[in-house]
Amino acid sequence: MTRATSKSYSPALICLALVLAISGCAKQSLPDNAGGLGLNNATPGSEQDFTVNVGDRVFFTTDSTNLTGQARATLDKQAQWLARYANYPITIEGHADERGTREYNLALGARRAAAVRDYLVARGVNASRIKTISFGKERPVAVCNDISCWSQNRRAVTLLTAPTGS
Amino acid sequence: MTGSIRQIMPKFSIHVLVALCLLMMLRPAHALVEIDLSKSNVEPLPIAITSFAGDAVAQDIADVVQADLVNSGLFKAIDKAAFIDKATGPDAIPRFEDWRVINAQALVMGKVVREPDGRLRTEFRLWDVFSGEQMIGQQFFTGPENWRRVAHIIADSIYERLTGEKGYFDTRIVYISETGPKDKRVKRLAIMDQDGANARTLTNGQSLVLTPRFSPTRQEITYMSFEGGNPRVYLLQIETGQREIVGNFPGMTFSPRFSPDGQKIIMSLQQGGNSNIYTMDLRSRATMRLTDTSAIDTAPSYSPDGTKIVFESDRGGKQQLYVMNADGSGQERISFGPGSYSTPVWSPRGDIIAFTKLFGGKFAIGVMKPDGSGERILTEGFHNEGPTWAPNGRVLMFFREAPGENGGPSLYSIDLTGYNERLISGNGFGSDPAWSPLLK
Repeated sequence: MTRATSKSYSPALICLALVLAISGCAKQSLPDNAGGLGLNNATPGSEQDFTVNVGDRVFFTTDSTNLTGQARATLDKQAQWLARYANYPITIEGHADERGTREYNLALGARRAAAVRDYLVARGVNASRIKTISFGKERPVAVCNDISCWSQNRRAVTLLTAPTGS
Repeated sequence: MTGSIRQIMPKFSIHVLVALCLLMMLRPAHALVEIDLSKSNVEPLPIAITSFAGDAVAQDIADVVQADLVNSGLFKAIDKAAFIDKATGPDAIPRFEDWRVINAQALVMGKVVREPDGRLRTEFRLWDVFSGEQMIGQQFFTGPENWRRVAHIIADSIYERLTGEKGYFDTRIVYISETGPKDKRVKRLAIMDQDGANARTLTNGQSLVLTPRFSPTRQEITYMSFEGGNPRVYLLQIETGQREIVGNFPGMTFSPRFSPDGQKIIMSLQQGGNSNIYTMDLRSRATMRLTDTSAIDTAPSYSPDGTKIVFESDRGGKQQLYVMNADGSGQERISFGPGSYSTPVWSPRGDIIAFTKLFGGKFAIGVMKPDGSGERILTEGFHNEGPTWAPNGRVLMFFREAPGENGGPSLYSIDLTGYNERLISGNGFGSDPAWSPLLK
C-alpha cells in the first residue's frame, strides 16, 4: 500500500515538472514520447498551455461580479501569458448559474466578462485584443443540482482565438 | 385561415336573454378576479357537450371544444354516458327535461358538413337548459385543415357568453423548444396552439435563441439570437420567415417586447457591465434611451395603454421591480418584499403585474398591483420563471425547470386565482413562453 502510493505521481506534479523543465525555452518542442502523458504535453504558447498551465477561467460567488483573490491571481497569470504571446486575440465569456432569471443572467454574465476585461486591461493587456460575450445561464459546464455545480457555472472564461500573423 | 369565418346562423336569431342562474353561478369568479384577489375556487359549471353530427372530424371538434372549456377550470363536462337525450346535431330542439335531470346547465349541440368545394361547414348551438333558450347559434366555413381553430373559436364563443369575459382558446404560444443534454442544450424558436397542438419550430437550432415575444398587432415575433456570435434582438415575420436585426447597437441587445400598438420594440442594451432600457420605433428606426444607471435594468413591459413601463433593476442592490412613464421619467420602485423580483409582465387588463420572485432558494410566480400592493404568490417551487398572460388576463403561462442532470423546463398554465395549474404537455422541453393575442 505504502509502496504503491509512493510510486504514483499526480498528473499535476508531472505537469509542474514538465513546465519547469521547458520554461524559458518556449520554442523547444517536446519529445515524441511525451504524447503519452496526455494534458502535460502542452506546447508553450499553445491554447493547451494557456488552459492547463495558466488557467482559462475564474469563478464568482452567487450573484456577484467581484473578483476573488484566487480569481485575481489567475488573471495575473493570464495577463503575463498574454503579454508573452501577444498575437492572440481573446474572447471573454461571462456565465451565470441557473439559479437566476434569464434576462438578468444575461446581464450578469456581461458584467462578469466586463470585470475580467477591465482587470486584464489594467494589467497591460491591450483592450483592442479583447472581445466579450455573455451566455447568461445558457452554457452550464456542470449539470448536477447543488451548489458544487452552480459554483462551477458562475464563471468567466478567457478563450484564445486564432492568433494573428501565424 | 384568412378573413373572418365567423357567421351568425341565419335560421335562428340569437336570443339575448341572459340566463340569470348561469351568470350567478359564475359571478363569484368575477368578484374574485376584479375585486378580491384572495384565493377562492369557483365551482365549475356543468355543461353537456354532445357528439357533433358528421364524420370523424365532427367528433374531434366537439372533443377540442370540451377540452378547452374543461381546461379553463370554469366548466365541468358531464359524462356522455349519462346523457338521456341521444339526439345529436343542432337542428332539433333539445328535450330540456332530459338535460335538467342530469343537472346540465348548458348544452352544446353541433354538426359538421363537408361542402362540395371541400370546405367544412360547422354549426353549433348553445342552449340554456333551465330556460330552454338558445344562447348562441353560429356556423363557420373553413378549410378542413383548420378544424382545430373552428373548435377553439366555438369554445371562445361559449366561454364569452357564459362568463362575460373574452375567451383565449383561439391563440398561440411562441416559446423555446429545448432538446439535448443540459450542458449541450439546443434551443429553437417554436410556435404552437395554446393547448399544445400543432407545435412546429421556426429556427434550425444552429444559433442559440431566447425570449420570443408576440407582436400585439401583426404576425411577428421579436426574440434574441446569438447568430454569428453577436447576441442581438431580432424581428421575425412568422408567415414569410423574413428576419432582421432590430437597430444598430454597439453591444448585446436582449429582453425585447413590443409596445401595445406594435410600433416599437423595447429592450435592454448592454454596455460594459451595465444594461439600460431603450426603445426603437419600427417605422422611423429612431432609438430612445429610457434608463441611464450603472445597474442592470432589464425585462421591460408596457402597460396595455402604453403610458407606463414596468421593469427590473438591481440599482438598489438586488433585483426589484420599478415603474416609469413611457418617456423614462418618474422611475419608482414598487416591490419591497424579501427576496428579489424579476421578469415583470403587465396584465392585458392593466390592473396587475405578474413576476418571478426568488426567495428562500425558491422561484415563485406571483402578481401585484402596479403600485406594489396586493402581492400574491400563485405557485412556487424549485424553479418557476417567466410568466406570460393570456389575452383576457385570466390565465398565465410560465415555465418550470426540473432540477438535475436530466431535468429540463416544461410549460405550465395557471389561473390568476392560483388554481387550475396544468402542464402543457406533449412537446418535450419548452421555456420562455409568450401568449399571442386572439387570432384574427
